Amino acid sequence: MGFVIETIFGGLMTGMLYSLIALGFVLIYKASGVFNFAQGAMVLFAALAMARFTEWIPQWTGISQPILVNVLGFVLAMLVMLAVAWAIERWVLGKLVNQEGITLLMATIGVTYLLEGMGQTLFGSDIYKIDVGMPKDPIFLFEKTFEGGVLVNKEDLYAALIAAAMVILLALFFQKTSTGRALRAVADDHQAAQSIGIPLSRIWVIVWAVAGFVALVAGVIWGSKLGVQFSLSLVALKALPVVILGGLTSVPGAIIGGLVIGVGEKVSEVYLGPLMGGGIEIWFAYVLALLFLLVRPQGLFGEKIIDRV
Amino acid sequence: MLYRENGQFKTSYRADSQIFTIRQDKIAIAGLLLLAFVLTHWLASDYFFSAILIPFLILSLAALGLNVLVGYCGQISLGTGAFMAVGAYAAYNFQVRVEHMPLIGSILLGGLCATAVGVLFGIPSLRIKGLYLAVATLAAQFFCDWAFLRIKWFTNNSSSGNVSVSELSVWGHAIDTPAQKYLFCLSFVVLFALLTKNLVRGAIGREWMAMRDMDVAAAVIGIRPVYAKLTAFAVSSFIVGVAGALWGFVHLGSWEPAAFSIDRSFQLLFMIIIGGLGSVMGSFFGAAFIIFLPIVLNQLPAAMGLQIGTETASHLELMVFGALIIFFLIKEPHGLARLWSTAKEKLRLWPFPH
Repeated sequence: MGFVIETIFGGLMTGMLYSLIALGFVLIYKASGVFNFAQGAMVLFAALAMARFTEWIPQWTGISQPILVNVLGFVLAMLVMLAVAWAIERWVLGKLVNQEGITLLMATIGVTYLLEGMGQTLFGSDIYKIDVGMPKDPIFLFEKTFEGGVLVNKEDLYAALIAAAMVILLALFFQKTSTGRALRAVADDHQAAQSIGIPLSRIWVIVWAVAGFVALVAGVIWGSKLGVQFSLSLVALKALPVVILGGLTSVPGAIIGGLVIGVGEKVSEVYLGPLMGGGIEIWFAYVLALLFLLVRPQGLFGEKIIDRV
Repeated sequence: MLYRENGQFKTSYRADSQIFTIRQDKIAIAGLLLLAFVLTHWLASDYFFSAILIPFLILSLAALGLNVLVGYCGQISLGTGAFMAVGAYAAYNFQVRVEHMPLIGSILLGGLCATAVGVLFGIPSLRIKGLYLAVATLAAQFFCDWAFLRIKWFTNNSSSGNVSVSELSVWGHAIDTPAQKYLFCLSFVVLFALLTKNLVRGAIGREWMAMRDMDVAAAVIGIRPVYAKLTAFAVSSFIVGVAGALWGFVHLGSWEPAAFSIDRSFQLLFMIIIGGLGSVMGSFFGAAFIIFLPIVLNQLPAAMGLQIGTETASHLELMVFGALIIFFLIKEPHGLARLWSTAKEKLRLWPFPH
């Protein structure tokens, strides 16, 4: 019993992290109709920036207080992501207004290469570590309920808490602030939003900056777990089935999709894997998403796709 | 002056429905075929054949197949690498397990197996559309990656997981020098390009294009979506499967699943987007661009006398590659094929444009 719950728990934790990356996809898709393949590269870029800044700041300024260094590093990395967002709007998306979806998708794959190359040129390509002081020791839960209890990593718990906080923060931002309202208007209808005076280009910079912020948080959490290295960029591939499972246009969809995929992946690997020769983690998420889509083509929470002639 | 159709009258339906209606085009294509089939023997070295021309031809073929699906029928696929892999591994199994299997036979049968898998993964396209479908095709990619790595039967129980073919021969003639391999691939490419061109000009090609432009409207005027979409998947994955078999047999010789990874799928998608969606010619332009660009980028720093480390060089290559893709998408979203046809239009008026 304890083992089953542990597996599910582990799945939920990884799922939470997938959701964080998926969130970036959804934000940008909602506000600009761009399927942003570069989200993974943005995670890598942000994490690299953060890792290197926290390494460089003590050398430059002599500040050695870990909290201050981390905060400064985070702020600097966020500034870098802002610059990236601005540059993408200015030189890529701004030039591709009114193009078809696939052209935009390809452009973001171009951005992926650019960011991967640039990130590794500017910040180096070794394995770096981010240490934001998350506790690493495991704890036991439910020891009273059944024997042995459930082994949980404290780090995972914190990560899940941060992810949940992010989601609430984003929901508030979207629902309560005027910028959030403008973002939703743009998502609804570009032309109508523009005609009532919402500046599209500024909105896009904001959306990409928010996606950059999400990427940075995801990068910091993944990075402190696994170290910052090139493979971080590939985690984004895992977020793709999450996005389509939850629905491209739905923020709650990204969260629930992430949890479903995370749990499904872990449980299938443990119980189905040995029967099929192991390693089924790499495709299970996709097949699961595909099966879901056969029932609901727009994903679990996506807006219903209506075909008009 | 040189390129115009003045005085060339089409007096029959036959003449009107030729692929190349203008005499200058016929001369140009005949010259190109002459160059490709005959003159390259004197012009190209072994290195040029095996490192540049053969990969270019095979990837053009794969791009052509993908273009049928994405460019003509409008179904975005990110699983091309998987269909190539199915073609290659199926052809390998026919070659190894069936005695006296002719090479061409196993390559075509490999293509047929890819067709079956392609249709199977094409079935969701009847319900799932657009970007959702694109991500769903990734299921094919990752599933095939896994299957060829883990299921030992496909690799004939080879212990290292990589498979190899040796001693290729067609009708008793051995194919072992790069020039012979090149001719072998070229024959396939020319044949398939001709077949594809005719398919997309015909009734079925029009159905695909109607599907691409607006599937609901196409269904309303009586085009069966099931038939149109699944034939596009079938034709596309057959060509891609044959290209995969050629890639494994002729270009690589021995390979493992990583040869057909998701990077390959992206590379092929780039080729058709840069070359031009919905254009046979564009597949070749795109393949040429994507094959030659890294080679040029590799040589450039050395040629300019810059000394940079290999690691920095590979990062710079990534950056330049990404930047060029964005640049092309912005400057010409319809691909190199559109540039080509604009150039031809200009040429018709030259030197007296109005």
